[in-house]
Amino acid sequence: MTRHTLSVLVEDQPGVLARIASLFSRRGFNIESLAVGPTEHAGMSRMTIAVNVDDLPLEQVTKQLNKLVNVLKIVELDPDTSIQRELLLVKVRADAQSRSQVLETVQLFRAKVVDVATDSIVIEATGNADKLDALLRVLEPFGVKELVQSGMVAVGRGPRSITDRTVRSADRPA
Amino acid sequence: MSETAGPHLSGAESLVKALEDVGADTVFGIPGGAILPAYDPLFDSSVRHILVRHEQGAGHAAEGFAMATGRVGVCMATSGPGATNLVTPIANAYMDSTPMVAITGQVPSASIGTDAFQEADIRGITMPITKHNFLVTDPALIPKTIAEAFHIAGTGRKGPVLVDISKDALQATSSYEWPDTIDLPGYRPVLKPHSKQVRETARLIVEARRPVLYVGGGVLAAGASTDLLLLAEMAGIPVVTTLMARGAFPDSHPLHMGMPGMHGTVAAVGALQKSDLILALGARFDDRVTGRLDTFAPGATVVHADIDPAEISKNRVADVPIVGDAKEVITELIGAVRAEHTSGRVGDYAAWRDTLGRMRSTYPLGYTPPTDGELAPQYVIERLGAIAGPDALYTAGVGQHQMWAAQFVKYEHPGSWLNSGGLGTMGFAVPAAMGAKVGRPDATVWAIDGDGCFQMTNQELATCAINDIPIKVAIINNSSLGMVRQWQTLFYNERYSNTDLHSVRIPDFVTLAEAYGAAGLRCETAADVDATIEKAMEINDRPVVVDFVVHKDAMVWPMVAAGTSNDEIKYARDMAPDWDKDEL
Repeated sequence: MTRHTLSVLVEDQPGVLARIASLFSRRGFNIESLAVGPTEHAGMSRMTIAVNVDDLPLEQVTKQLNKLVNVLKIVELDPDTSIQRELLLVKVRADAQSRSQVLETVQLFRAKVVDVATDSIVIEATGNADKLDALLRVLEPFGVKELVQSGMVAVGRGPRSITDRTVRSADRPA
Repeated sequence: MSETAGPHLSGAESLVKALEDVGADTVFGIPGGAILPAYDPLFDSSVRHILVRHEQGAGHAAEGFAMATGRVGVCMATSGPGATNLVTPIANAYMDSTPMVAITGQVPSASIGTDAFQEADIRGITMPITKHNFLVTDPALIPKTIAEAFHIAGTGRKGPVLVDISKDALQATSSYEWPDTIDLPGYRPVLKPHSKQVRETARLIVEARRPVLYVGGGVLAAGASTDLLLLAEMAGIPVVTTLMARGAFPDSHPLHMGMPGMHGTVAAVGALQKSDLILALGARFDDRVTGRLDTFAPGATVVHADIDPAEISKNRVADVPIVGDAKEVITELIGAVRAEHTSGRVGDYAAWRDTLGRMRSTYPLGYTPPTDGELAPQYVIERLGAIAGPDALYTAGVGQHQMWAAQFVKYEHPGSWLNSGGLGTMGFAVPAAMGAKVGRPDATVWAIDGDGCFQMTNQELATCAINDIPIKVAIINNSSLGMVRQWQTLFYNERYSNTDLHSVRIPDFVTLAEAYGAAGLRCETAADVDATIEKAMEINDRPVVVDFVVHKDAMVWPMVAAGTSNDEIKYARDMAPDWDKDEL
């Protein structure tokens, strides 16, 4: 099985997330990561979905997704030709003794400290899954008190937009 | 929506007017609290509402109506239990791609999510079993939603669409705007096939030695039976019709090998299994057709044409995928094959047709009459088909009687066989016959039902009696859940756990029929079969129910046991065809 990243352009309608999530579940696919947000066009949302699946079942799930009336377009993003990012917020134990080491790690990973308390700090980091995993491995010995991570978002490199051709048909004035 | 144009109507009035505008003339349903506002304008409407006895009956009737007429069937129910009672027919319509719109009332929008009385999240519940569904809480959106629902249900790969409307949306007023055009940017069914793929298929056809047309329900949905006949005849290719496609190609035609699958004919199963080119048209390589998938038609190149891209290569990988409407695909194929012929390239399948012809004559459909003088169920169905003829419509429930009805009635016309294929819904026959009879009142409609199935939905006989819908029901009464019993005979050492229904005594189907205002007849011997059927054919002022008391140990053959290879087909118990003798 290989990891695939699907970028799914959908109409911003109630229930669309439920439709997509339940389709993956009932066809027997496990979603690794999912992120939803608005796009540059009103009324259109974009989901980035990461799944671990072989090529043929992936084709099947893509076709099934395409059948959903609220789904406008699906593009698979290749990691080599796209930018893929996740956001991590992690609360790490940092007392007087360990604080400087923790801050050093933050710098090494080009992460940010976004909250400081007497014996802990909250670190914000973005990157691909590998980078965030590496950061967490280094922070682990200090004591991770709380960890929250976003789904991955991704965008293709180069000048083209996945909404290019869809918008002409989808965004017609009513 | 502009507030100036269009008449000012309540949501309920808008709904009824929208149904009129979309051309729906018949609705099967039951009112209740949340949908109640809609029933007031419906009272004065040209739309005929048929009050059923159970919402499941409304749903199956809408399906029967749709399958018999090719139009979108409509059912209506209230919120909560009314809506959940529609779940089975909706799932059934989804599996069999039957165009249907289900309209449900929902609790007032302010109460949604509060576990209000008769609240069920029917949109959530039906998400995986509808082509699409809507929850409408704004009366202004009702006409547009109805237009979209009918469009989605009746185009592309057809299917059920549910429109859930909150009670406050039915009560509030807005201006009525019927949309001139449907604008669904995420819904663009591909109808026209790719010409390159069609040409490639034509090339494969003329090069093949053992081609077969594997015809599914999509051919009926597309109204492509005449085109199919033309293609099969001009190319000389044998045809098999799946359970969903019975009637798509005349059973009397010499190129027809019958129905493939678990209970298909030896010739039809053999035609697929030994083929070197499968031309799948609107079929979906269902497990009941393929048997064990990795041993299915090992030597065949597969051309798979379907209107739903997701069906292609879902089960069996297609060598040539074609996305398109079956009618357009067949029409273009005819042209492409003709072009090959004109260039002097013609396929030679004479040896193949001979082989299959021998298979067909060596292993015809048949049965052994019971030795104890009891009635053979197959004989009843065979006679029914012969007497009622190919112009009648036949519905069935699910089980042995359904398989025998698919095997022993000879279908000559599209839309004459209406059954529950994919979901296998017991209880389909009676309400589906009701819907079919409403849609085609001039046709004789026979529900061939089992005693188990009949007891699931027979309350719709009351609907039929009261609304002048004179359907005919043949109960193939073997006093048991026959197909389950057959599996117990074959695979569970004849341990008949919970399959004996005792229907010979309880209920008394003749008395039950009379109680419902139908005529009740009973037949227990072969000598009486024809006379009983003829008598039933003469009663047209009310429904007729015939209780055919039949032998309970009759089994459906041929059979490919579940999970085994088509190569292991048995045409009778422990009897395997010797088709390798004819190996090409």
